[in-house]
Amino acid sequence: MELSNDIQLEMFWMMLLSRRLDERAWVLHRQGKIAFHISGIGQEAAQVGAAFALRRGEDWVTPYYRDLALMLCLGYTPRDFLLALSGKQGEPTSGARQMPSHWSMRKANAVSHSAPVATQCPHAAGIGLAIKMRKEDKVVLTTLGEGSTSQGEWYEAVNWAAIHHLPVIFMVENNEYAISVPVDKQMAVASSADKACGMGLRGISVDGTDVFSVYRTVAEAVADARAGKGPTLVEARMYRLTPHSSDDDDRTYRSREEVEEAKKKDPLTVGRRILEEAGLLNQAKIDEMETRAKELVDDAVKFAEQAPYPDVADAMFPVYAEEVRRG
Amino acid sequence: MAEITMIDAIRQAMDDELARDENVFIVGEDVGKRGGVFRATVGLFDKYGGERVIDSPLAELSIVGVGIGAALYGMRPICEIQFADFIYPAFNQIVSEAAKMCYRSNGEWTVPMVIRAPYGGGIGGGLYHSQSVEALFAHIPGLKVVIPSNPYDAKGLLKAAVRDPNPVIYLEPKKGYRLIRGEVPEGDYTVPIGPAQVTRQGSDLTVYAYGMMHYYTLQAAEKLAGEGVNVEVVDLRTLYPVDKQTVLESVSKTGKALIVHEDNLTGGYGGEIAAIIAEEAFTYLDAPVRRLCGPDVPAVPFSHPLQDWFMPNPDKIAQAMRDLAAY
Repeated sequence: MELSNDIQLEMFWMMLLSRRLDERAWVLHRQGKIAFHISGIGQEAAQVGAAFALRRGEDWVTPYYRDLALMLCLGYTPRDFLLALSGKQGEPTSGARQMPSHWSMRKANAVSHSAPVATQCPHAAGIGLAIKMRKEDKVVLTTLGEGSTSQGEWYEAVNWAAIHHLPVIFMVENNEYAISVPVDKQMAVASSADKACGMGLRGISVDGTDVFSVYRTVAEAVADARAGKGPTLVEARMYRLTPHSSDDDDRTYRSREEVEEAKKKDPLTVGRRILEEAGLLNQAKIDEMETRAKELVDDAVKFAEQAPYPDVADAMFPVYAEEVRRG
Repeated sequence: MAEITMIDAIRQAMDDELARDENVFIVGEDVGKRGGVFRATVGLFDKYGGERVIDSPLAELSIVGVGIGAALYGMRPICEIQFADFIYPAFNQIVSEAAKMCYRSNGEWTVPMVIRAPYGGGIGGGLYHSQSVEALFAHIPGLKVVIPSNPYDAKGLLKAAVRDPNPVIYLEPKKGYRLIRGEVPEGDYTVPIGPAQVTRQGSDLTVYAYGMMHYYTLQAAEKLAGEGVNVEVVDLRTLYPVDKQTVLESVSKTGKALIVHEDNLTGGYGGEIAAIIAEEAFTYLDAPVRRLCGPDVPAVPFSHPLQDWFMPNPDKIAQAMRDLAAY
């Protein structure tokens, strides 16, 4: 599970790219150019760490709506994201039917999900069941917020995976808030990982601002799952550094001091420090990455601006599988 | 050809499909060793093993949610909900997930699965073992809703449902499980999902029904024939998508329409048939469209006289036919 220097830098790059894309989405929203954005800022380390612990493209993922960095690691592109933000033709995950950040990428085995939370978790258990039935050595990663661990959907999914020793990793991205509701109004335990003990699977809590810690934890869970040792519940602890979405105003429920304090543990800052201390990263390399990120984001914005809107003639289909037009 | 019961026909269909396709599996409460509380899966656990005839935890949403996940992976789950009355915990998975998956992913993902559920009253089941839930699902694009009324259709439609690339809600009139008998070929055949069937030719009025009410309607029509009234009977079979053509052709011939279902009157499926006739066959009508349905109380009461009050039966249907014929 040792990561080469190049891989470590690539992980940092994915976090940086995701952050710059996400920030641009906020700007575009404030400029009135897009209608909606839901952010993953503050959660990049957990997502990238988990993604790199998978055999990407082979293992399965049932993600949730904050997983921009995770999806970028699976091959989702800045252009894809900007098409989604703009609701433009060619948007690859849903044909611009879904709101932005409702992912799907068949070629990467990343399953389409909805907005009612935790609904993706039983799907992960079912995919795990199918993998086991076919005696394959793939695993499924499902991600969710800590608020989603209050849902019956999640309990039932974890229970299934535990009973049948399914190769599923449940990664809770605990960012401390479900819109405005803090974690102590969501659960009576100190960590969502503690919930595992009542259902018979391992529960591990990890610093979700440290991409390499998350990688090591999830990689271990993945190895266990592949070895037939069943599911693991991983809680990655972080802080949602932005409002819930572009329609939210987090000043109504949390202090600026609290947010500023949390920024000291920004996953990009944490990752940068680790890599600099290891002698892998310096200002010149960061500048280079920033330039590259800006180019990619600018290109994507331009690309989406020029793209047409979908044809309303396509809105009636495909409701049923028989109506799907391939290619 | 052997004459068998509805429940035997349903079991035969599942047995055939399990043998035909190794991706097919059954999941539900008590479907394993017990063979189902109605004995629909009896013998299948011994024949195909616990990995393909799976006793689920007592949790309906994950019976469906896990089924969806497996279907996304390429399996063909048959999910059994023990009583239709218990399907509501799975409503979110059916409506938000299974039904919308194809449309929301622009056809990238489809959910080939069957959800079987015994429905309907007349068996002393009280409020929570008697409900009719078809109208709730026949409102949802992306689902197909099927209700057989005889063993031949039960087997053929279930086999078609298992092979269908979409989520199919397959509702079984449990009062008829052992009451309704009919000739069923042993070999492989399917009854296509979609077409309704004229099951009795007549000229004076048309009765539209499905499931147990179709069985009663045929009995009532026989009685009316003795009184000189020729009733045409349409077995709707597939409620969604509805076979408009057969509905309209029949009423265009007879000029009078009665719809019978045991589900509550208001917002019931009969309203849709009445609307189709009103919109597209208005000029053929010789009488107002009539509905004979369960009354608008929450569900079927337990005590026998109360249950009898609730349920349409051959006598009530015959009287409704006489009234309409006399209009």
